[in-house]
Amino acid sequence: MANQIKKTVTDPLIDNNPITLQVLGVCSALAVTTNMMAAFIMSIALTTVCAFASAAISSIRNHIPASIRIIVQMTIIASLVIIVDQLLKAYAYEASKQLSVFVGLIITNCIVLGRAEAFAMKNPPVMSFFDGIGNGLGYSLILLSVAFFRELLGTGKLFGHQIVAVASEGGWYIPNGLMLLPPSAFFVIGLLIWAIRSWKKEQIESPDYQIHQVHRTEVL
Amino acid sequence: MAMEQQTKKSNPFTELLDLPNDSPKKTLFVAIMLCLVCSILVAISAVALKPQQLANKEADIKKNILAVTGLLADDTDVNKAFKRFEVKIVDLATGKYSDIEPNTYDQYKAAKDPARNVILTAEQDRANIRKRAKLATVYLLKENDVVKQVVLPVHGYGLWSTLYGFISLESDLNTIGGLQFYAHAETPGLGGEVDNPSWRDQWKGKKAFDDQGNVKIKLIRGKVDYTQAGAEHQIDGLSGATLTGNGVSNLVNYWLGDHGFGPYLTKMRSGTGQ
Repeated sequence: MANQIKKTVTDPLIDNNPITLQVLGVCSALAVTTNMMAAFIMSIALTTVCAFASAAISSIRNHIPASIRIIVQMTIIASLVIIVDQLLKAYAYEASKQLSVFVGLIITNCIVLGRAEAFAMKNPPVMSFFDGIGNGLGYSLILLSVAFFRELLGTGKLFGHQIVAVASEGGWYIPNGLMLLPPSAFFVIGLLIWAIRSWKKEQIESPDYQIHQVHRTEVL
Repeated sequence: MAMEQQTKKSNPFTELLDLPNDSPKKTLFVAIMLCLVCSILVAISAVALKPQQLANKEADIKKNILAVTGLLADDTDVNKAFKRFEVKIVDLATGKYSDIEPNTYDQYKAAKDPARNVILTAEQDRANIRKRAKLATVYLLKENDVVKQVVLPVHGYGLWSTLYGFISLESDLNTIGGLQFYAHAETPGLGGEVDNPSWRDQWKGKKAFDDQGNVKIKLIRGKVDYTQAGAEHQIDGLSGATLTGNGVSNLVNYWLGDHGFGPYLTKMRSGTGQ
């Protein structure tokens, strides 16, 4: 059991990462990775929602009518997201101001619904809970790595603290403004997927189509 | 067998749960129960946390008012320091004080109420806010009954979002004491640099109006050249954030102008505002 839990939690970190392998939840990875602090709070919020939503859905999975199952899952996820948002507004006001609408957008995060549908509907609550934690952490790992590069290269800061002196304040580093715009997250995530798949060759998917070698005789 | 049926009938709850999942009865039952449980949980969290959230919001606004007047240090007791301010409600059209209780008045709520707002024409609406409340809150920092600084709430549209903030004017009602935004959703690192302390610092000491009383202060492209005339009305532009910068210029111009706090400031200057 303990072994199984460990596997459920560690598997989504690299081997079955929700962003780099399953390519889910990319939308929010673009939006909240301009600085480490926002990415960190978002990670905590998503991991919490994902874990509790999976546990709750799993505990009533045998009574969910198939015809309304997505609505049931969404209702549970949405309620949890609102509660997390309220808690942030009450106890982490500064952070909630910074994240603004993105906490609410966890509702539409594909990872949460994806894990509910793929795992929690078929597995008992405890395992589902840990599956939620694992996938939340996998998401957090990528989110924080992307935010690390974007914040460092875009502003020369990490967690809001100046790391390299920027040119506008008399330093040597000219910040790369592109890193602060959403497209740069695509580049960083793309490079991360490349790096991970060069390391873990088994993640490389076989191509959907093979380019056919056309010989001259065949054309004729 | 008969016994078993009886116990089942006596408990409609388990009876419903025992129905096949896709029967219309059970579908309806699950949906209603789920909505009930979820709405109770959401309602509890919203109601229970509301006082804390309101307190946060209020403290945040006070903190920003202190910051814009330069009274905020790391160890400042916000509530105590805020007592030095006199809060007043101003009728923007006439510039006269209104006797509405300032603590219960919410300017941004009033702006949405047709009875208490003014729809701005496209020409007037430089800050791109479409409508504003008739009455606005002002904060007076007084020392021995003499006004040292006046803090005015300002808001207007940037690139992605409405920026909400405060501008403070010193006792000559021309020299700017500071400008600070407490809510916006501009791009961090670009438009979000309106929160950058070194950029904000330049507002201090700049002149908002020219000799004729026209609002002159604005963001320019690039850096301010202090050897040129008129530099006292200029602020460094934000690189990569031209539209946010234009928004900031426009909202400051709007709120200090004739359709914003202009009449009030005129009255204050002639000494009849107090």
